[in-house]
Amino acid sequence: MPEYLMRLVQVHESFRKAELQALAELAGVDMEFVSYSEDSPFCIISLASPAAARALITRSILSQAIYELWGHGSSLPALHASVLATSPPHWPSCATTSFRFTLDSYRGSRSTASQTTLIESFSYLPFTGPIQMRNPTHSFRIFEDYALGEKEPRYLYLGRFIADSGRQAKTTYDLKKRSYISTTSMDAELALVTANLSLAGPGKLFYDPFMGTGGFPVAAAHFGAVTLGSDIDGRSIRGKEDGKNVLGNFKQYNLTDHYLDSFVSDLTNSPVRGCLGPSPLSAGNAPGGWLDGIICDPPYGVREGLKVLGIKEGRGEWRKEMHLDRWQDEGYIPPKRPYSFEAMLDDIMHFAAVTLVEGGRLGMWMPSANDQDIELDVPTHPFLEVVSVCVQPFNKWSRKLLTYRRLPSNSILTSTTPWIKRREDPGLVHANDLNSFRKKYFEGFREKEPEAMSSGPLAEDAAST
Amino acid sequence: MKILTLNFLTCARKACKAEPAAFPLHPRDAELEIVEAELNTEFLRNVLPRVEWEALRVVTEELGLPSLPNVAPEPDAIFPAASTAAAATANETPANPAPTQLLQDLHHLLLETTILSGKLVCGNCGHEYAVKEGIANFLLPSHLV
Repeated sequence: MPEYLMRLVQVHESFRKAELQALAELAGVDMEFVSYSEDSPFCIISLASPAAARALITRSILSQAIYELWGHGSSLPALHASVLATSPPHWPSCATTSFRFTLDSYRGSRSTASQTTLIESFSYLPFTGPIQMRNPTHSFRIFEDYALGEKEPRYLYLGRFIADSGRQAKTTYDLKKRSYISTTSMDAELALVTANLSLAGPGKLFYDPFMGTGGFPVAAAHFGAVTLGSDIDGRSIRGKEDGKNVLGNFKQYNLTDHYLDSFVSDLTNSPVRGCLGPSPLSAGNAPGGWLDGIICDPPYGVREGLKVLGIKEGRGEWRKEMHLDRWQDEGYIPPKRPYSFEAMLDDIMHFAAVTLVEGGRLGMWMPSANDQDIELDVPTHPFLEVVSVCVQPFNKWSRKLLTYRRLPSNSILTSTTPWIKRREDPGLVHANDLNSFRKKYFEGFREKEPEAMSSGPLAEDAAST
Repeated sequence: MKILTLNFLTCARKACKAEPAAFPLHPRDAELEIVEAELNTEFLRNVLPRVEWEALRVVTEELGLPSLPNVAPEPDAIFPAASTAAAATANETPANPAPTQLLQDLHHLLLETTILSGKLVCGNCGHEYAVKEGIANFLLPSHLV
């Protein structure tokens, strides 16, 4: 298959390959990585045709453009040799048309004179058409990859431009220009990548059970999905007066046709049909679901409290009685209690297992401390297969985007022991005891010291208030 | 809340989940609104097989909307032949034929008809969920959790 040069962006490196693989699946094109490195924004892939290249990149957020590869090499002479060896079949198509050459130097720069010399070194190409810097028929680009601090590039490529990516959506959906956001809104770039990895697309139905101000539903709607969302806090959906609310965001982006509904609910007591199937699950009782995708960033219990419906233990009988007396009052707000993050993750897994259609995807974010082993705490479910794990590192912690695929019911292994969700320890009441990430976060991710281990319950109580 | 969404929701109480009477939720004192939306044939083709037709019929009747046939219409009757999956995979892309009246009616019912306010009542336990400004509230008081 012909080779193409993908100009990636050098951010969120661990998401880039996963995004391209998801987009290849969506576009139904065969793609193979010929060369890829997390340390480089240049990646060579093989595809069947320029049409496949266009189909692949049109929705990509983590790339800039795709080029037909005319040559590559570790030095300028090597590049020329490669161009002369591989590109002649393409020459006739550019013989008389307008064209231009530009330069893209990664981690390096050249003076204008040196740029001209470099470009003119390609003058052996038999192009007789006019040079035209604006809207030429063919646009060529020389790429240079410099090692950090080096004067000479470590690798060069020449490519003919085929198509731009969908990265301009990052600017369109920039949170700074969005009318309604909150402190925990996912940045537009990663929300769009999440929707890509979960294969959001026209004709599909997507749901976010922790929608907040609706960032994920908006991202899925951008790619053509119809979206549903819910949140335990109705205020975040209704927003403020003057139209600053979830629906207002859909209006801002002219996506209201892709907004199905928002409702107020708690994932542990969800009204969603089919979500509380028999538990523990077995393949025999796995009915088909009705959601094509679930994308969410569940509350970690740090900036956004991790709460579910119910009364916190030990709050006294009088409180229960008060709620019994008043639950039918106008404006009554049901009580909520802290919840375990592990239990919540398993609730999401179970929910996705029974509500996704076969082949449907779950895209879920979760935090972890950097000293914990990355792969160990990825939650598992017999109905769900891990597609990709992408990590966004921060200073002392990181968060991961886990993408799962709902397995076809007939391929689920029935012989494995039934899946049992991690439950809360009934003796634990405080948010910190329930949520080890929250505890670590507020302890500043300190190494565990012997004296910290022996700190009494008093110290723990103080930390959790 | 759109009529399509209502078809995907039941009573939030765990005790009601296994009870057939808990689905669908019954609208009461519903104030309806029509929110115009562009016809999305691809979405309807994908999502209609997931709709519980009998529940949809019951809700439509309770809301006093034009009644639906007793059994779900066959896809061929809803989607014009030229745009069925077989034709879509063919090399030629046929010009989009005019949508059938049935498709337009289902679009209007499922995706344009909205419950602006009112109550959704569980047929099993009788619990009422309020809908305000088109947003339903399924939070339960502590004694029902």
